[in-house]
Formats: sequence, C-alpha cells, structure tokens
Amino acid sequence: MADLVIEREVLIEAPAEVVWRTITEPDQMSQWFADRVELVVEPGAHGYMQFGDQGGPVVVEAVDPPARFSFRWNHPRGEEPVAGNSMLVEFTLTPEGHERTRLRVSESGHELRDWPDAEKQRYADEHQGGWAEYLDRLVSVLAKRRSG
Amino acid sequence: MTAQADDELWSAIADPSRRRVLDLLVNHGEVSASWLAGHVSFSRQAVSKHLAVLEQAGLVSRRKQGREVLYQVQAGRLDQAARAMADLAAQWDRRLATIKRLAEAAHAEAKKSERPSTPVGS
Repeated sequence: MADLVIEREVLIEAPAEVVWRTITEPDQMSQWFADRVELVVEPGAHGYMQFGDQGGPVVVEAVDPPARFSFRWNHPRGEEPVAGNSMLVEFTLTPEGHERTRLRVSESGHELRDWPDAEKQRYADEHQGGWAEYLDRLVSVLAKRRSG
Repeated sequence: MTAQADDELWSAIADPSRRRVLDLLVNHGEVSASWLAGHVSFSRQAVSKHLAVLEQAGLVSRRKQGREVLYQVQAGRLDQAARAMADLAAQWDRRLATIKRLAEAAHAEAKKSERPSTPVGS
C-alpha cells in the first residue's frame, strides 16, 4: 500500500475527455506541471521532465482514458522510478452532470514493503488526510500540551 | 529548506513506525528509548534506529539526564515540516487551478467552433 502524502481536487466545467487531454498531452503538461515534458502516454513508457535546471525520469503507470492516469517520479533524485523509491501521482476524473468533471489528484510514495500489511493499513486509516493533516495534528497536539 | 533536507524530512516521516514514535513523543513529552519500546510493537533496537533517523532529520533531540537519555520533539522543525507540507498542497492546488483554466478554455473554444452559425469550409 502506498503512503498517502497528499490529495487535492477541483471541479472543472468541461467534459472528462477535454480534461483528459489537458492532463495527458505533453505540450499541455508543460503548461501546468514541468517546464519541459517528454512523454508517451502508454503504460510502462519512460519519459523525462525538466523543472528549471533540474530534471528527472518519469514512468507512466495507468492509462485509462478518460478516467485514470498515473505516473511515477522521484524528483529530484534521478534514479529510475520504481515502487519504493518514487512518488506516485494519480489523477482520477469523475464526470459530474453535464460537461462537468471532478478531477482528483493524489501523490503518494515510499511504500514500505518490509512493514506488515495490517500495520500499514492501520496507519493509512489514521492518516487518511495525508501528511499535511497529520503534521498539522501533531503541531496542534504539541502546542496544546505545552500551553496546558 | 534545501532539497536534501526536504528529502531527509520526508523519508523520516514516510515510515509508519517512525510516525508512531513521533506520535508518542508529541503526546508524552520527554521520554527514554526504553519507555518508547514499551509502547510500540517493534523491538528496542528498531526504536533506537528510528530515533536516530528522526534526530538526523532534526525532528527529535536528546539530552542526558543521569544515566538516562531522554528524547523530545523539536517543535520548530515540526512546524517547519507542517508548513512545507502545506506548501506542497498549495502547489498542487495551483496546478489544478491551471488545469481547470486550460480545460475550460479548450472546451469553450471547441464549443465556439461547433456552433451551427459558423460558416462551413470557409
């Protein structure tokens, strides 16, 4: 199981097919993601993304138009991204009514294969909101304890 | 934070057992490794290893008290980590907002060129 880092979503006034092209076509991706994107959108395809003066490999995982698109990257380390050393970015497109699409993105990674599944599940349940929420909670617990 | 410090921080937090140790330290203040070992399902040795990684990432500090070594959370570093995480969330929000703008513009453009009043073949 992946360790959820972040999950965000947005509602877009366009059909899923249009949103799909925006998130998967390299010339579109270079407008919202990396400065330069070299990518063939096929499962297992290896590509490259450039961010400023740094860049790194990217590997496409799931391509299920127009519902699901995911890729692995491990910017800024530059090793070949595989499970265990990389971050998985996953887009989910859900049509909502006429010409409207809910787009969800999650970024997760660093699966810990040496950890028992039950324990991983327990932590995934506890930290469903991702790390931002988890850290916020820690900060507030700490603040409360110190003031009390 | 530099990219390398970021990396250290995220891999420190990425491990569920290290988060368990962090949870205990946040909730119980200054405690020893033996005390921690009594509150987790993994070995005393594993606790020490996790504490070393957390210390390396700056999330935990230690001090000697008599014969005991006590560990506690570094609140400043934890705050910093929470802010960095919020920045990451904000970065994805910006990307999603750009995707929304691009997709809605493309859709509006497609609809305009589909209008029956548009002369065909001009």
